[in-house]
Amino acid sequence: MADFLRNFGLPTVILVAEILAIIVPLLLAVAYLTFAERKVLAAAQLRKGPNVVGPFGLFQPLADGLKLLMKETVIPTGANRGVFIAAPILTFVLSLIAWAVIPFDDGMVIANINVGILYLFAISSLGVYGIIMAGWSSNSKYAFLGALRAAAQMVSYEVSMGFVMVSVLLCVGSLNLSAIVEAQRTVWFALPLLPMFIVFFISTLAETNRSPFDLVEGESELVAGFFVEYSSMTFALFYLGEYANMILMSAMTTVLFLGGWLAPFGWMPFTGALGHVWSMFWFFAKIAFVLFCFLWVRATMPRFRYDQLMRLGWKVFLPLSLFWLVATAGFLVTFGLLPGQG
Amino acid sequence: MATMDRNAYSLLLAEITSGLWLTLKYMFKQPVTVNYPYEKGPLSPRFRGEHALRRYANGEERCIACKLCEAVCPALAITIEAEPRDDGSRRTTRYDIDMTKCIYCGFCQEACPVDAIVEGPNFEFAAETREELFYNKEKLLSNGDRWEAEIANNIALDAPYR
Repeated sequence: MADFLRNFGLPTVILVAEILAIIVPLLLAVAYLTFAERKVLAAAQLRKGPNVVGPFGLFQPLADGLKLLMKETVIPTGANRGVFIAAPILTFVLSLIAWAVIPFDDGMVIANINVGILYLFAISSLGVYGIIMAGWSSNSKYAFLGALRAAAQMVSYEVSMGFVMVSVLLCVGSLNLSAIVEAQRTVWFALPLLPMFIVFFISTLAETNRSPFDLVEGESELVAGFFVEYSSMTFALFYLGEYANMILMSAMTTVLFLGGWLAPFGWMPFTGALGHVWSMFWFFAKIAFVLFCFLWVRATMPRFRYDQLMRLGWKVFLPLSLFWLVATAGFLVTFGLLPGQG
Repeated sequence: MATMDRNAYSLLLAEITSGLWLTLKYMFKQPVTVNYPYEKGPLSPRFRGEHALRRYANGEERCIACKLCEAVCPALAITIEAEPRDDGSRRTTRYDIDMTKCIYCGFCQEACPVDAIVEGPNFEFAAETREELFYNKEKLLSNGDRWEAEIANNIALDAPYR
């Protein structure tokens, strides 16, 4: 019994603690991301944004959450109940489990697996399923059209995202996320791979169905897209999932291009525990910056038309990322910089 | 050359960066928001808000039941019934305005020969039921008593232009 506890009980408890230590702050971050979004949009439109609930409106996300909790969960008669309920859960869970491989600092990661980037890519691809299930099971034309759009859009942009990731991997020589961050000690990949960085950022916008690629939920034609029929907590799960995905994509951008937890110019004034805090601070600061860019783009760009979206994905980003992939590989080989080559 | 220029222009995302720069600049401007329940925007003396029936300074009601307002009302929101009072003066026994019909055109105020029916400066009279918006004479007179100072001021300010 003691053996059992030592071998299985303790690791389980530690793992659950680790998971909670990520999920609880993550959900808080999601709540305040919705708040930040409203504030940033308001600022860009010369408004004030929510400022009534609590100091500076800081309790607004709590009020919103409470409102959603209190509402009735409506399940349409025509809906396929099981799938209808499963879809938001799937979306939400997928946006959470990806965090298992995100390194917050050197060694501070739940699962330091060697295929981290593949895992992330797989999880973000699975995100389509939640949306398709929601759109199909709602048995409503708006939801269905929204889901079709979402599926086509996410699949299209994954292709160029894949090429961007491959070009990063070429520079690193590893699929492990911690190794990718460590490889950026000399220079963050955002600089040498700037075009790829921009392609990746724009693709993450499309991948998370954010403006200007939010025609999945284009209210002028589809009311709300794939989640028209959802209410209360089922809706809240989609909402949380969308914003958690935004944070996840920002974390991915940070890890791949902005040097993860590395402070700019290797600036490390602290060691020990404070050093960890310092590194994590930079990681979060970079995520916050990328998130701000998400909101900033939303405040600036009008929504794309569907054919423009497809044209950008297939006729601009795909050739561009392919070209840069070949160029990067050629450069690395020519100058003998390929990891493991010399 | 022109083609190269054009391509460079779009590849360097010139339009997008200039757009982003514009929104970034706007984020640091002062918001134009009027913090509504706590702050209110200015109202013109001619503002046409909630109706009121006014009284003379001695407390006598102004309305003489000429029914011009009822006749001019394009939404047929006003209903008036009148009888001579005990002292022989002509007064309304019933003066109803259906605020759900009213279109706030201000014709009643313009038609009134004695400045009795006016549209005051109050616009915060939302109610929870329709019935609360069927105003009767009593409600209109109490509105008049409540807003008399503002209404009198507005009429005085607007008088030069009448």
